[in-house]
Amino acid sequence: MTHLANVVQWFANPAHWSGPDGIPQRLVEHVQISAESVAIGALIALPIGIALGHYGRFGNLAINISNVGRALPSFGLLVIAFQVFGLGNLPILVALVALAIPPMVTNSYVGLREVDPDVREAARGMGYRELTQLLRVELPLAVPLVMAGIRTSAVQVVATATLAALIAGGGFGRYVIDGFAQQDYTKLFAGAVLVAALAMATELSLSGLERLLVPRGIRLLQAPSAGRATTFKTA
Amino acid sequence: MPSSAFLDYVDPWVNWTWLSTHVPLFTDAVLQHLTLTAIAVAGGLALSLPLGIAAHRWRALRNPLLGFFGVVYTIPSLALFALLVPYTGLGIVTAEIGLIGYTVLILMRNLVVGLESVPPAVLDAADGMGYRPLARLLFVELPLALPAMFAGVRIATVTTIGLVTITALIGLGGLGQLINKGLIENFHTPLVVATTLSIALALMADLTLIGLQRVAVPWSRDTAS
Repeated sequence: MTHLANVVQWFANPAHWSGPDGIPQRLVEHVQISAESVAIGALIALPIGIALGHYGRFGNLAINISNVGRALPSFGLLVIAFQVFGLGNLPILVALVALAIPPMVTNSYVGLREVDPDVREAARGMGYRELTQLLRVELPLAVPLVMAGIRTSAVQVVATATLAALIAGGGFGRYVIDGFAQQDYTKLFAGAVLVAALAMATELSLSGLERLLVPRGIRLLQAPSAGRATTFKTA
Repeated sequence: MPSSAFLDYVDPWVNWTWLSTHVPLFTDAVLQHLTLTAIAVAGGLALSLPLGIAAHRWRALRNPLLGFFGVVYTIPSLALFALLVPYTGLGIVTAEIGLIGYTVLILMRNLVVGLESVPPAVLDAADGMGYRPLARLLFVELPLALPAMFAGVRIATVTTIGLVTITALIGLGGLGQLINKGLIENFHTPLVVATTLSIALALMADLTLIGLQRVAVPWSRDTAS
């Protein structure tokens, strides 16, 4: 098990904890580009998914966008974006945003659609205006699925951001890609551990956030974590 | 083509002349792509059938099994391959362990959901007709779970076709190899054509499976999501 011992040594080496190629710097890069992509993706996707779900229109589009999104090869998308926009963060951002959108549209659509029609009727009967009804009644009930969409997107964006190292991006993917290139299996393995841990941490922290955001009334009604409306994996 | 300096040459998105002389490159890549996908989905089915049935039969196994493969599913493919390379080397074994690991979750979850959605009245009727547990599973429960299974196969296939491109980094890749070639040589044609072919392959596989489902399971009107 000299291999695992080498990996432990790699993590223990203080040189790997400072400077531009240090773990803290790479973590910041990885989280920053992922968070920006998910935020921009959410600004685009959530209004679309929520509006489609509220009006119950274009359901096939909202569902099928996930089917199409799944078919997009993240690797090809990143490299094409790189050829179009050149070096820097812009191509990475564009590709990651494109991959972040589909699960959020589908999940928020399904979340809004699944609001009990009786509840909508009751809200209307109590005199809620359309916008108030959406914001105060339908959205709180749809929080579990909307959040599941954000969680799915975020985990996939973190995963795909690893590939960004191929087009000169930063983040933990750097260690994996450089490890492959230099045939340095210790660095490769250490990088993979970091990437996997970050993906896991993203999933867990967003599940925690979801639990905090779900209104207390629904929390009492439902099993703790809501299922996703889509299975999505791009990287 | 302008005869000016080499640096002025603008690489078109698709160079049809080059493409027409390099067709075998693409057919070979598509073939490898489909082979890797087929092994991953078939291997996933072979594993998920017994695991899914076990998870359905013994409640205590359900959450540990789904949880374990859920964790595997969360690991980014590049990281999973990198974790395996020191042990299984560069190549098909590493690629398929990763890809099968992902398809198992999708297929097993759909099988479990499908089995759970069989109405209790149907089970009662089957028991009343004298079905033994194994016969009830084979002739009543599994056929009713087939639509959900098909949805799982569709999702697993489309997902795998996308993921196979990433195996280019461990020396395989199918169409991913050509994406990589485009990246390394700064050459647009293989990149654009391979990406387009990968999307087309995924959508065609999805449509083929929908057609197959119509024929094989006419009692289903389910759609994958």
